[in-house]
Amino acid sequence: MSYKKSHFQHPSLKRNELGLTYRDYEGSLSTLCAGCGHDAISAAVVQACHELSLPPHRVAKMSGIGCSSKAPTYFLGQAHGFNSVHGRMPSVATGANMANRDLVYIGMSGDGDTSNIGFGQFAHVIRRQMNMMYIVANNGVYGLTKGQSSATAKMGSTSKKGAVNPLADIDLATIAIDMGATFVARGFSGDTAQLVTLMKAAMAHRGFAFIDIVSPCVTFNNHKGSGYSFDYFREHAELVNMSDFIPIREDILVEVPENEVREVILHDGSMIRLKHVAHEHDETNRLDALSALHKAHHDDTVLTGLLYVDPNAEDMHDVLGTAARPLNDLTEKELCPGMSILDSINNGFR
Amino acid sequence: MDKTDTLHAKHFEKVVDCQYACPAHTPVPEYIRLIAEGRYTEAYMVNWYSNVFPGILGRVCDRPCEPACRRTRIDEPVAICRLKRVAADQRDEDISEWIPDVPAVKNGRKIALIGAGPASLTVARDLAPKGYILDIYDREKAAGGFIRTQIPAFRLPESVLNEEVNRVLDMDVNQIFSHEITSLKGLLEKDYDAIFVGTGAPLGRDLNVPGRYDCEDKIHIGIDWLANVSFGHFDSIAKNVIVLGGGNTAMDCCRTAKRLGGTDVKVVVRSSFDDMKASPWEKEDAIHEGVDLLCHHVPKRFIVEDGRLVAMAFELVNSVYNEAGRRTLESTGEPEVIIPCDEVLIAVGQDTAFPWIERDVGLEFNQWGQPTLNEETLQSSIPNVFFGGDAAFGPKNIITAVAHGHQAAKGIDAFLSKVSIEKQGFKLVSQKMGVHDWSYPNFIDETMRHAVPIVDLQTALRNLSMEVELGFDERTAAQEALRCLNCDVHTVFEDDKCIECNSCVDICPMDCINFLPNKDELPLRASLRVPAMNARQDLLVSGHLKTGMVMVKDEDVCLHCGLCAERCPTNAWDMQKFVSLETYF
Repeated sequence: MSYKKSHFQHPSLKRNELGLTYRDYEGSLSTLCAGCGHDAISAAVVQACHELSLPPHRVAKMSGIGCSSKAPTYFLGQAHGFNSVHGRMPSVATGANMANRDLVYIGMSGDGDTSNIGFGQFAHVIRRQMNMMYIVANNGVYGLTKGQSSATAKMGSTSKKGAVNPLADIDLATIAIDMGATFVARGFSGDTAQLVTLMKAAMAHRGFAFIDIVSPCVTFNNHKGSGYSFDYFREHAELVNMSDFIPIREDILVEVPENEVREVILHDGSMIRLKHVAHEHDETNRLDALSALHKAHHDDTVLTGLLYVDPNAEDMHDVLGTAARPLNDLTEKELCPGMSILDSINNGFR
Repeated sequence: MDKTDTLHAKHFEKVVDCQYACPAHTPVPEYIRLIAEGRYTEAYMVNWYSNVFPGILGRVCDRPCEPACRRTRIDEPVAICRLKRVAADQRDEDISEWIPDVPAVKNGRKIALIGAGPASLTVARDLAPKGYILDIYDREKAAGGFIRTQIPAFRLPESVLNEEVNRVLDMDVNQIFSHEITSLKGLLEKDYDAIFVGTGAPLGRDLNVPGRYDCEDKIHIGIDWLANVSFGHFDSIAKNVIVLGGGNTAMDCCRTAKRLGGTDVKVVVRSSFDDMKASPWEKEDAIHEGVDLLCHHVPKRFIVEDGRLVAMAFELVNSVYNEAGRRTLESTGEPEVIIPCDEVLIAVGQDTAFPWIERDVGLEFNQWGQPTLNEETLQSSIPNVFFGGDAAFGPKNIITAVAHGHQAAKGIDAFLSKVSIEKQGFKLVSQKMGVHDWSYPNFIDETMRHAVPIVDLQTALRNLSMEVELGFDERTAAQEALRCLNCDVHTVFEDDKCIECNSCVDICPMDCINFLPNKDELPLRASLRVPAMNARQDLLVSGHLKTGMVMVKDEDVCLHCGLCAERCPTNAWDMQKFVSLETYF
């Protein structure tokens, strides 16, 4: 078995502002099944971080358990990482973010990790408006335990052996908007270009950014009857909008936007430009987004693209009024300001 | 772009850069794998079938394979030529069981081979197993042609030369040596069914500048001087030597002069250093041995005082290139340079010579005085007369002569059997052994090219016949062999199996693979992940896939590591070895 990808790289690979090629953002060689959608997601993370010129050591990769949660090993080998307990990635990520708010947090989860065992954690991390990009590699199946349907499996779809799923499915994008997520999108592992744009915008967004990524399981859930196969997705997908990410550094005045184009300025001053394709819903309107999603669910279509964004969102630190400097940066003197301060705090409760 | 034609060999051949840069199409990756496995005799035989002289070529080949090696585009080329020598050095002593049988009962057809150089010897080797009666003629007393007369022993030991030449002669070839053919007419009147002319380019060019004939015993034509050294007629040279010319013959002249007593040896050329015709490694070897290389000096006259050669005068020039890249030499206007010398070797080129071919015999010559030939069969305007080697199209090199020999042998055989030459096909053999296992070493070795050890300089210069290069030892050879990228193991793509999951795109270390809407070639090349700017390397383009996109692979820097095929969930990619079914016997 090949356990190593050659370090040789194309002599004319593009270098980013840090002088790095995308190869510098790779991780170990994946041990997922050949053709796994998750590897395409890893590649998209690599590309997005490279294009944003993020220093790899300023990124923290957080994950739970599952095929999806193995995946962070396969990107950003020089970033921080924590492979936590099943479904508990949001808690660990919250702790990390409380300690160091300056890192870029990428939460990588799966449909089982998020919609089953970690469903409660998922709801609460959204409520906390944690500043992170939370991505779900969604294939509707428990791949690691050989193919049982997960909570996102479409009702009425069949397993590889033909068993019909009798239970209602959870649409994670709908739930995310409902719980108060301020950036919600859906992508497809087979469309890297769209995925990279969505990820770049999600990382530029300050607040909870969620991307539901349809990521077919080629081993257990790519058959006829599946709601998460390549063919099913390609037949049922409906592109809401084509998006284009314009980093802050580029002169955005050069191109005159067409009429049907909507521009959303993100927190860091960069912009996402949206061109409507199938739907005319206003992506900055929560109700519009929710009704579009409910209608799509009813019509058995899968909306992709940027579904909802609140460009004025606040994040957890804004809400809680924490110190602007990261906790791990504060000295003992600042953390233990002494008896007189403690006394004044205690007096405040009397 | 149209879907790539994978039913014919062309696309696959072009991917194996080394093999198809070799005029004789030696299956380079195949023999390198055999060397890596320690199967030296088989590696030698793979060479012998294609290029007849592995031991010789492993030392003195012009190695067009190496600049072509895919690895040059990422790193440094594999030391292909020196690995060939390893196969020759390490093989079994007795290889007779591998040599094709020569029938005792002949087929009744008789061939004359004129000149016993590499071209004629190759024709002999290819035709002997078919039962042809072969008479080989040479004016010298031994076979080998210019390999024997021009290449000094410190680059090619006589024992290696004799062994490989004799292996061919021992295939029942009648040797008529020390016999110069002086008339084609006379030869045509004999009972030969076909005649092959492999007389080389035996005429060294002269330099007609003032003083050339004022001191003839100290001014020599390079190739004639080398031949005289080779046959032991000359065993010394003056102290201050000028070699004129910048080709490989000039390099052999200067290095030989160094060994015969030349203490101050200068190679003086008209061109720039980079434009010199000599192979880069031959220039390096000469410089290493203390030879001065002076560029941009145009010889003006020999200076002879009291009948004694004392110096040469040169004009200084610059190379000026026009927009088309054509070079002219322009005088710098500086005063002429006088370089003292006692002896001069002129190595400014060589030409073919056909004084023995009567002009009324019916053989057509072109405007350059070369015979008009069929480019495939090398048949001349006299149907049973064929040409090859330097005699065919002017001076090239040994490996080209071998390739001509193969072509002419096929041409002669087809002509006399009255059949047409059919190009043999090819097959593609999957190398898959298991989900992640391949039957070739797909791990990419990232080490640099290994240098060949050489004899200590002082020792080397003291002995004319001491071979300078020592060759790789087995261990280094095995390491160097693993640097080969196995370009003959192709990435074969089957359109209808692909589900467009992008796994191959993501895993490819060299960003070769793309899925995108089809376009014309130029815009398609420009829109790849990494634009395919090396136009000499082809694209592999699939038919339209399910989503309407096409798969486009830029062959330029593919490492043939097989990761695309390992990552493919549907076996749309496979690693398959290209095997040409062309044979010589």
